[in-house]
Amino acid sequence: MSHEAITLEGQHVAQGVDHHDHEHHEQHFIWKYIFSQDHKIISKQFIITGIIWAIIGALMSVFFRLQLGFPDSTFPIMEKFLGDWAKGGKLQPEFYYALVTMHGTILVFFVLTAGLSGTFANLLIPLQVGARDMASPFMNMLSYWFFFVSSILMFVSLFIETGPASGGWTTYPPLSALKEASLGSGLGMDLWLLSMALFVVSSLLGGLNYISTILNMRTKGMTMTRMPLTIWALFFTAVLGVLSFPVLFSGFVLLIFDRNFGTSFYLSEIFIGGKALPHIGGSAILYQHLFWFLGHPEVYIIMLPGMGMASEVLSTHSRKPIFGYFAMIISLIGITLLAFLVWAHHMFVSGMSPFLGSIFVLLTLLIAVPSAVKVFNWLTTMWRGNIRFNPPMLFAIGFVSLFISGGLTGLFLGNSAIDIHLHDTYFVVAHFHIVMGVSAFFGMFAGIYHWFPKMFGRFMNNTLGYIHFFITFAGAYLIFWPMHYEGIAGMPRRYYDYSAWESFKHFQSLNSFISIVAMVVFFTQLLFVVNFFASIFKGRKVTTMNPWGSTTLEWTTPINPGHGNWVGEIPEVHRWPYDYKDDGHGGDFISQTTPLRPGEESH
Amino acid sequence: MSGFITIFLIILVFIIVYQIGKASEYAASIQGQEKVKERTNRVIAWLLVAFFFLGLYGIYQCHMALIGRMLPVAACDNGRAFDSMLVVTLYVTGAVFFATQAILFWFAFRYQSSEKRTSFYFPHSNKLEILWTTVPAIAMAILVAIGLKNWSAVTSEAPANATVVEVVGKQFNWLVRYPGKDNELGKRDFRKIDDAKNILGLDWTDPHNNDDIIAQNGELHVVVGKPVKLLIGSRDVIHDVGLAHFRLKMDAVPGITTTLWFTPTITTDSMKQITHNPDFVYEISCDQMCGKGHYSMRGTIIVQTQADYDAWMASQKSYYATMNPEAAPAAPAVKADSAKVVMK
Repeated sequence: MSHEAITLEGQHVAQGVDHHDHEHHEQHFIWKYIFSQDHKIISKQFIITGIIWAIIGALMSVFFRLQLGFPDSTFPIMEKFLGDWAKGGKLQPEFYYALVTMHGTILVFFVLTAGLSGTFANLLIPLQVGARDMASPFMNMLSYWFFFVSSILMFVSLFIETGPASGGWTTYPPLSALKEASLGSGLGMDLWLLSMALFVVSSLLGGLNYISTILNMRTKGMTMTRMPLTIWALFFTAVLGVLSFPVLFSGFVLLIFDRNFGTSFYLSEIFIGGKALPHIGGSAILYQHLFWFLGHPEVYIIMLPGMGMASEVLSTHSRKPIFGYFAMIISLIGITLLAFLVWAHHMFVSGMSPFLGSIFVLLTLLIAVPSAVKVFNWLTTMWRGNIRFNPPMLFAIGFVSLFISGGLTGLFLGNSAIDIHLHDTYFVVAHFHIVMGVSAFFGMFAGIYHWFPKMFGRFMNNTLGYIHFFITFAGAYLIFWPMHYEGIAGMPRRYYDYSAWESFKHFQSLNSFISIVAMVVFFTQLLFVVNFFASIFKGRKVTTMNPWGSTTLEWTTPINPGHGNWVGEIPEVHRWPYDYKDDGHGGDFISQTTPLRPGEESH
Repeated sequence: MSGFITIFLIILVFIIVYQIGKASEYAASIQGQEKVKERTNRVIAWLLVAFFFLGLYGIYQCHMALIGRMLPVAACDNGRAFDSMLVVTLYVTGAVFFATQAILFWFAFRYQSSEKRTSFYFPHSNKLEILWTTVPAIAMAILVAIGLKNWSAVTSEAPANATVVEVVGKQFNWLVRYPGKDNELGKRDFRKIDDAKNILGLDWTDPHNNDDIIAQNGELHVVVGKPVKLLIGSRDVIHDVGLAHFRLKMDAVPGITTTLWFTPTITTDSMKQITHNPDFVYEISCDQMCGKGHYSMRGTIIVQTQADYDAWMASQKSYYATMNPEAAPAAPAVKADSAKVVMK
């Protein structure tokens, strides 16, 4: 890329910003905060929508944990929230499944995909690569609004008479394809599919934008190998999304056809509701292939941003360069490539050819190698550092701990001979909640506490952050650690009640324990939400441009950057992003914008 | 009412905690940010150490509390191979788990911020990267090797002498079909299904169907020490035959037939003694979400001696006979007619 082009681009945008400043008084509230094209506002829109969804999704888990923990009790308060679905304070089985389904859908897609990459890709990409805004601010705005409409549709589906989709977040046909099979497969499923289709559109608009911004709009001197690892991670997240979401979309389209237009892509030889259906020749397993072709990359879409942010936070607050910057990038590339080649490990017992299964065992366990490299690099980053335990750092440490724990159990499930027993048991629930649930959330929390000062010009309250961290960290292990035992004991997931089962009923007391901890953790998250919103208005003000002593570009912008981010010219980058070393003046870091000293070698 | 009191109390706790948070911030600004930061840093470092040791203690307690509630010994050979592989994997991952977590918490404590020290500039080392690329790769290769060996044993072709039984899922119970005296399951067609008269859609033009026995209570009888091959199907949505005590699982998918075979090694009665549980029963759980009754889709397996099995089998009536009590004698005639054709 020639320097000229960048400068021209920079000038062009700079002019645009001048122009903008000129108009600033006239900019109406609606264009500034609602239909905003400023990446920083869009990122705030994503995070606030994400937080609202997270509360709804987590509250659902509290409701179904009440059922699982105390199947013989009634909770009249549930009736207040859920109406007839919890008549007399007892959750109906049909709605239990609807809650489980919505909990998964909401947390996986709306919170940990849109809420996570939507927030941080929007906030950090332009700020850290040195761009005035995204490649297409308008598309970026559309991305949020498609997500918003998708959210509305999903939200509406919670209130319809037959209830929302209830076939699990994976919505396998024929269960999800046939209205006769379950109440939730009626209108609720139509809304689910429509909502998810719009979600895919939103995700593609966002992803294409992130990729083109990273490839084309880096400031002068910001070569690819001088990009912070957050950007690398967000880049591969976007690549994964752009390449795999369309496959999911095609899977959904075929499902819509099967549901409404009498095709037989997924349906064959079915007798339901007292009659034989005319469908013949379809394959229910086809859907699973299409679904998991996104579904597995999806878990890396959820993990990678957290990995990137944890790398950044660990390095900054250990006052030490990230260890093995290139190894980190190569392992990200490895994970991204392998993410596309392992989807069928979700299908070992689906009736797929066992030989195909063995290929996927091999590819799946291969992913452990780049993951292990990342873990050891994080650990070495902390080695002989000078660690500051503020909330972002604690959450990054928690992220590493949980990633290890959840990653290791993946070695069980990725091996088909073990999966044949553990598949669809609580072992799976424990595994993915630790690794792509809590661990991804910890990465997100690390990011929120770390970049909150950049987003709002204020700090979040530290004490509340510490309370939030320790209760959540302990709670995560208390909830999910014992679940591994239930899983090894064969206890199936997605059961409404275990009391009729001779093999599983003796875990009842454990289930009650887990439910109680889950509720405590839920309320602790509300504490975070209070801290978040209160700090926007009342938090301690940021007084210096670079409160963490960080090397990256976002901390060279004003405390409250306007649209266009930098007041004057965009700074030029001279060095890699992790020069945490003596700057020769008593400081312990050197900003990316500082030219190399005479005799100093570039990284 | 009590619900509202709870909510009120929770809100109260919230306000108190929030105020504590705010107060600590004011206190910090009075005492001086730097001093408080230093002190907090030390406290947090110790808290992390405490967390680590409490975590170890918790793991121990959890293990002691739950180990007695795990499944009894696996009731088939492949299941025992599974158990030993699980243990190997547990040791490998357990070692990595404890080592890495200990390092993580140790580094956090040992290298907590201090005025006296500056961090060590250590951006990369190819030797280390190669070390922790190859070691996990070798460990993975070993786990894959054990896994694929077991996987090919579990998914191999059933022995020729295996008893063939069909297990069909429907919302929300299991139907088990035995081939009867001719040892052949007859053809069935989903278009012939009738919940009252022909629950599996048996094709009555196929004589093999005439002696087939259908257990509608989901009871699967098998003989100890004799391989059994399950032909798994579904009438409506996807189900899954989950056999926790045999460490096996296979989806029941409408439109295709999946299979699973195993040789039960412990009878239900012996298992009652092993587990000291007179109510013990091998259960078939549906492990693939199939609708509102998913959690109640329960079948059972009765592992018995050949003699018990034969006695039980002799007491069973064919599905055809149950449905057509008066026409029963006609059935053998039809069979005799076409048996030669089918047997070639």
